[in-house]
Amino acid sequence: MHPKDEKYALRMKNVSKRFGGVQALDKVAMEVKAGEVHCLAGENGCGKSTLIKIVTGVYEPDDGTEIEVFGERISSNSPTKARAKGIAVIWQDLALFPHMSVAENIGIDELVGGRPRVAQFKSIKTRAQGVMDRLGVSLDLDAPLSSLPIAQRQVVAIARSLMSDARLVFMDEPTASLTQSETDALLAIVRNLSADGVAVVFVSHRLAEVLDIAERVTVVRDGKLVGVYPTEGMSQSRLGELMTGHMLESEVRARDKTGSDIMLRVTGLSRQDQFENVSFDIKRGEIVGITGLIGSGRTELAHALIGMTRTDQGTIELDREVVRPRNIREAIAKGIAYVSEDRLTLGLVQPQPIADNTVTSVLDKILGSVGLISSQKKNDLVDGWIERFSVKIGETSDAVSTLSGGNQQRVVLAKWLATNPKLLILDSPTVGVDVGARAGIFHIVRELADEGLAILLITDEITEAFYNADRIFHMADGRLQAEYDPHQTSVQQLEERVYA
Amino acid sequence: MTTMKRAYTALGSENVFLIGALIAVVIGFSSATPLFMTPANFGSMAFQLPELGLLTLAMMVPILSGGLNLAIIFQANISGLALAAVLIHFGGVDAGYDAFALGVAAALAVGGISGAVMGLVVAYMGAHPILVSLAMMIFLRGLGEFLTKGGDISGFPPFMETIGHGYLWGIPIPLLIFLGAAVVWHIMLRYTKHGFSVYMIGSNIQASEYSGLNTRRTLTMIYTISGMVCAIAGILMAARFNSVRVGHGEALLLVTVLACFLGGLDPFGGFGRVVPVVLALCMLQALSSGLNLIGANQHLSTAVWGLFLIGVMAFRWAASRLHLTNRRRS
Amino acid sequence: MRKLLSSHTVEARLFAVLLLMVVGLSLATDTFLTVANLTSLLNNNSVNLIWAVGLLVVLVAGGIDISFAVAASVVQYLTAQILGYVGGGNWVLGFLIAGSIGLGLGLINAALIHGFKIVSIVITIATFNAFFGLLMFFTKGRSIYTLPDWWVDRIFLFEYQSASGVWSELHLSVAVMVACLVATAFFINRTTTGRQLYAFGDNPEGARRAGINIALMQAIAFGWCGLMAGIGGLMQVNIAKEVVPNALYGRELDVLAAVVLGGARLGGGKGTVFGCVLGVLFVAITQNGLNLLGVSPFAFQMIIGATILVAISTSNVKIDLSSWFKPKSGQQSRRVDQ
Repeated sequence: MHPKDEKYALRMKNVSKRFGGVQALDKVAMEVKAGEVHCLAGENGCGKSTLIKIVTGVYEPDDGTEIEVFGERISSNSPTKARAKGIAVIWQDLALFPHMSVAENIGIDELVGGRPRVAQFKSIKTRAQGVMDRLGVSLDLDAPLSSLPIAQRQVVAIARSLMSDARLVFMDEPTASLTQSETDALLAIVRNLSADGVAVVFVSHRLAEVLDIAERVTVVRDGKLVGVYPTEGMSQSRLGELMTGHMLESEVRARDKTGSDIMLRVTGLSRQDQFENVSFDIKRGEIVGITGLIGSGRTELAHALIGMTRTDQGTIELDREVVRPRNIREAIAKGIAYVSEDRLTLGLVQPQPIADNTVTSVLDKILGSVGLISSQKKNDLVDGWIERFSVKIGETSDAVSTLSGGNQQRVVLAKWLATNPKLLILDSPTVGVDVGARAGIFHIVRELADEGLAILLITDEITEAFYNADRIFHMADGRLQAEYDPHQTSVQQLEERVYA
Repeated sequence: MTTMKRAYTALGSENVFLIGALIAVVIGFSSATPLFMTPANFGSMAFQLPELGLLTLAMMVPILSGGLNLAIIFQANISGLALAAVLIHFGGVDAGYDAFALGVAAALAVGGISGAVMGLVVAYMGAHPILVSLAMMIFLRGLGEFLTKGGDISGFPPFMETIGHGYLWGIPIPLLIFLGAAVVWHIMLRYTKHGFSVYMIGSNIQASEYSGLNTRRTLTMIYTISGMVCAIAGILMAARFNSVRVGHGEALLLVTVLACFLGGLDPFGGFGRVVPVVLALCMLQALSSGLNLIGANQHLSTAVWGLFLIGVMAFRWAASRLHLTNRRRS
Repeated sequence: MRKLLSSHTVEARLFAVLLLMVVGLSLATDTFLTVANLTSLLNNNSVNLIWAVGLLVVLVAGGIDISFAVAASVVQYLTAQILGYVGGGNWVLGFLIAGSIGLGLGLINAALIHGFKIVSIVITIATFNAFFGLLMFFTKGRSIYTLPDWWVDRIFLFEYQSASGVWSELHLSVAVMVACLVATAFFINRTTTGRQLYAFGDNPEGARRAGINIALMQAIAFGWCGLMAGIGGLMQVNIAKEVVPNALYGRELDVLAAVVLGGARLGGGKGTVFGCVLGVLFVAITQNGLNLLGVSPFAFQMIIGATILVAISTSNVKIDLSSWFKPKSGQQSRRVDQ
């Protein structure tokens, strides 16, 4: 092949795509060098996924679009053609097959296409092993995929793309559900690939990661190209501004709440294999941050506080009363509310109406005189919260799934605030929420604290805890390691501690 | 908004569609045979509809919750058997009203308990409702065969005849029972905490639990109530045929599922209303009676029911595609 | 083997229970472990097994088929008519006709499911009613007793007379059953198309993105099930020596229960031919054992139903002895997708 052809893995110009009345992409351009790690950044709905789907042949682009892959002009595209040209995608949901073996998942493309034939499991296994060696990992090739943790499934997905000799790999939010050490392992693999001459396009909302791994970043906003920037010397806040188009707040809000009454006091709380001897308190109107990585025991602690799991030792005191909730209903009755980290499957019943989701936890409050649900009361309650949190909706009867991530999270908050809680536990409240919409969520959270609510903010986004919490605990290995006052520390210091 | 449009929104597109189809069926048969638009025909329809109707209500709520109850027919049979056993014990033909009341209580208890067992297994063991109810169906069928040795149980007091064939305020008593149950179902599903939980669980049981709904109790209740309405259907069958036989109404099992889908229930759960299901039942009954009047037998109407469901599904599919293209254009 | 058992826990557990039953019955009765009894078990369950592996393929591909048993009745009736029309025919012609009609009925299901994007349970309940209603309408419920001789004559693969004079024999249907089992196992385990079926049932969206032809998958799954329904129907006539239009009505749920008992997953992606065999044999041996133990035949179904109910209720209970001996590590609880 001609050396000039090899210089760019991908060159695109004038990429446009229109869905009905929506211009999803408007003359976007992008260039990825061979062997480069390139980042594609932008808020949800900015056109990132549409762009990936066009390159990989899932969508047909509009007229005028020019795409060159490894120096070759692409006139017609399809998933199969794209794969043949060496393009692979690792989707966020991985698109793997949980009940099939690891080897079959890696070699699925060998089983698809062509005439029906006897499957060559031996050769698939040998080649899969080869790919594994190249990645420097070892997995049991005969185990069913469902027996692997998410991080290893990610590795399987990468191995699968290498089986088809991909030279341009798109990774859609690959680290969304990984712990930090798993993320580090993944980033190491990505670097290996790049050194091997494979170009990797990384799509991620974790800005720190983006700046760490990529050489250049292409920023897209509202379907238009904002620009291409080297990551050298780029700061997280600058990148955030480019993505959202406006300045992000960066002022420490921590206040001293030492004088206020204690709302929650946790003493020596332990649960085997999950967390140990956890003690802290939260004052009325205080936001306490717990930052730690997935697996540090932070979500497990939250589950114990709401009665989803039992504790072995220790006490929970809420408003000077010892509580020991056996299930989430008892926790709600005592005044504890929990915003789950997993909004899609645990936080909201996605297909059901906005109104119904808002009232699920307070059904008793909307009962009329004969014990039946009163539409009047229901509507009043829902309308009140929608207005209070300025949720942007069409009708309250629309499915929650029609809302954006930020607005969905507002519905979740409304649902929990309606229970009139004393303690609000926020577990990673900005997962899947646009950078721009996050400020709005925290604006509400701070208002709630000002009204006297005690808030426990669990997050692995250190900046979030830093700018919004009054005090921050670092949790690791199931224990609270240290306490920080945002005024006395910096984001960098915290990051060093947490990621150490 | 025009009056038409307002009526359309008030009724819901599902109902308008089903009412339209029902009218078409009625007009079609009325022009085909003069016997269709007669009090006699409507009277016989009113007596035939309630059994299928009650069983469909029993099937409906499990489907809404994302499950299925394949045991309904034999729950009805066994409950009928419980009633029969009590009546026979208290003198058969000579049994009094108090014996009947006791028998009804026994029937409801049997239906409720068999449902509760399924509900508990589904709720606490996490087993798939199709399997649990299938096993319960095989068990109850076997139990019935064991108890009756495959025979009929008959010899009921004369007032049973009235329940099965009598009128109250000029309306057939079975129809009154069914309409009463349908109204209760409508209220239960739209205006009670239980009904609210049913829809939520049908869409996502985990998120429902995390929102503070008592999902296990709701699931147990769903199958218990389903079993109790089966018992009512069983009592009605006993009254109408003046006998109880295990296996009676077996052919209705899949027809109830068909009626639910025809009434617009989402096969995956979470969506569906009582009124469209009742309309769907009326339509199935009209089809069956109409075909009967023009000389076709029951089997042809079974076939037509199946083909009709396919037709309706195809129509809905076409309508949703049309809707999408229209939206895309505008 | 250990790996196989750990990834197929349902099959492993059922296999253990079945072994216990066989040992128990062999000790408790002197009639269970006899050639006559075992051969008649096989003869009596061959048709169910043929249907079971057909249904398995549909379940693996993420669907469900309620219509296959009445489809088999339709096949029987039409085959009898066509054979009468051509004046007799033979086994080859019989397989061709029954197979093609079965396949055709399966493809009708597939076309409706794929064409209108409707879940298989809705479509197959609709076609169940349509097939059965039309069959009963056109036959007026009448059975056919005059069938070609080759079709109703017993063909013995194996005959044996014991010292006490009891005849044991294996019928043709057993050979056909074994052929169907082997063919299905080879097809779904060893061919690329078979593996695509698993992938499609496991994760339809992932399969679509991997370039698997969804329409083809539906056609193959329901076509295979239809084919097995047809072959099963053909063999059932060989056993029953008559065509009764409503004889097979209701068998679909019994076969479904057996297949799912054998570890096939409602929702797709999981299930084995071995599991099907175990599921069908479990029901059959329970019934056979009760019979030999002198339990009233009226109680069979009740006990089988209760056993299945218990089996299902306890199949999710994890029996993991290894964790009792291992020191607890710092593993976190993770939600496991089923």
